[in-house]
Amino acid sequence: MAITATETETTAPGAFGPAAALSCRECGERYDLAPRFACEFCFGPLEVAYEFGSVTREAIQSGPNNIWRYAGLLPVPGNVAELPNMNPGLTPLVRADRLAAELGMRSLHVKDDSANPTHSFKDRVVAMAVEAARTFGFRTLSCSSTGNLAGAVGAASARAGFRSCVFIPAGLEEGKIVMAAVYGGQVVAIDGSYDDVNRFCSELIGDPAGEDWGFVNVNLRPYYAEGSKTLAYEIAEQLGWKLPEQIIVPIASGSQLTKIDKGFRELVELSLVEDRPYKVFGAQATGCSPVAAAYEEGHDVIQPVKPDTIAKSLAIGNPADGPYVLDVCRRTGGAVARVDDAAVVDSISLLARTEGVFAETAGGVTTGVLRKLLDEGSLDPAAETVVLNTGDGLKTLNAVEAGVTATIKPSLDVFKEAGLF
Amino acid sequence: MSVSVRVPTILRTYTKDAAEVSAEGETVQAVLADLDANYPGIRGRIVDDNGKIRRFVNVYVGDEDVRFAQGVDTPTEAGTQVSIIPAVAGGC
Ligand SMILES: Cc1ncc(COP(=O)(O)O)c(C=O)c1O
Ligand SMILES: [Zn+2]
Repeated sequence: MAITATETETTAPGAFGPAAALSCRECGERYDLAPRFACEFCFGPLEVAYEFGSVTREAIQSGPNNIWRYAGLLPVPGNVAELPNMNPGLTPLVRADRLAAELGMRSLHVKDDSANPTHSFKDRVVAMAVEAARTFGFRTLSCSSTGNLAGAVGAASARAGFRSCVFIPAGLEEGKIVMAAVYGGQVVAIDGSYDDVNRFCSELIGDPAGEDWGFVNVNLRPYYAEGSKTLAYEIAEQLGWKLPEQIIVPIASGSQLTKIDKGFRELVELSLVEDRPYKVFGAQATGCSPVAAAYEEGHDVIQPVKPDTIAKSLAIGNPADGPYVLDVCRRTGGAVARVDDAAVVDSISLLARTEGVFAETAGGVTTGVLRKLLDEGSLDPAAETVVLNTGDGLKTLNAVEAGVTATIKPSLDVFKEAGLF
Repeated sequence: MSVSVRVPTILRTYTKDAAEVSAEGETVQAVLADLDANYPGIRGRIVDDNGKIRRFVNVYVGDEDVRFAQGVDTPTEAGTQVSIIPAVAGGC
């Protein structure tokens, strides 16, 4: 059995920094730091548990200008910044005064993760997976992906010297396919939905053919998922070591949302920020909104759906972290809401027109939900709010219809006649 | 009515490390009962006390998640493949 063979290898002390163990989110059972992702007893998801040393604001601020300034809070070795990786993070927290004015809000920021090396937040999570793969001795990096993750894995593999082979549903946006393929790894399109791709990858892991393969979002998932905590750390640091009062996060598997919450709680625990109530809001596209549906109906279980939306990066019909998203949004007093594809397109334009931020469809979903929650009165327009843009609009060009204002001859007269000044 | 069942790593202690075993039965429920007769205890890991598939387990007949079909009553035609898979993968 491939996985077990790797599990028995002992990992060098310190290879995972402050990470102490994997623990089951459901039953609390603890495991050694190994490439495993589901609890032996209850199948529950495993997540990284820590024994943090001293972490100060000063130490963080004197660190590198990327996620490695938070290395003391992540499952990575102390010398991680010297290893070959993509160095993502510290993306702009854009003060969105013009968007705020248009929406009637007092304080709004856009965390713009399209500024990462492969133009989505996935570089954060993949950076964690790369370190785990290095430690476990995997040679091939792989993933199931709706596109952005595939690009991030391709690039990070190229830089860190892994072979890569990624799996995507057929029919993805061209920009994402090119970004996945250009780094020289294999890109395999599966005739089916993301959920089909995910099932395929889960089976490959248990098969000799998948031996020595590190799937960033399957057998490396506990480590990978921790990368999303860096969004929480950066937002708090960029707000002047303060938690925002409201945050709106897109949901596909729901992993990012739950880890942002984990990141905020750690900052409070470590006294890096003052405790302050914050509300987490989840955003889905109507054509794939199983978590929003469960939220609206007051359910704890997620009924899987078959996705049909232009927001392909969020098109997971059976989200692994769905129940935990419900927990976080309910506990913090937030909500989970959905908007249709027309609102997604509208909101991409709104964000671009007001703030100069060109979001991919996922950012349209998040901005759309921001607007909808304000209209409904479930978001406080006076509270300090952060909305995430997790990916770049250049990856989903087909979603928007924007073009030249006019085509004219190079003539001043024609320009003036056309009334363009 | 023999079907082939793919067993995830976590449950292979029951099947003596076999990744794939065969079982008899015309529905998922019957297949799980037959599995349990040969590999005692395995069924209880997959379904709860009420006979419902556990929250963090996905069961597929062919390519279809049985939650989209008839759950444990989903028919399992001879020769189809039943897959049992931990549900926690993902993050896209
Ligand atoms: C741009 C973008 N935003 C958000 C997400 C959601 O991530 P998660 O699965 O962590 O909910 C994805 C997933 O692919 C994505 O590509
Ligand atoms: Zn457990």
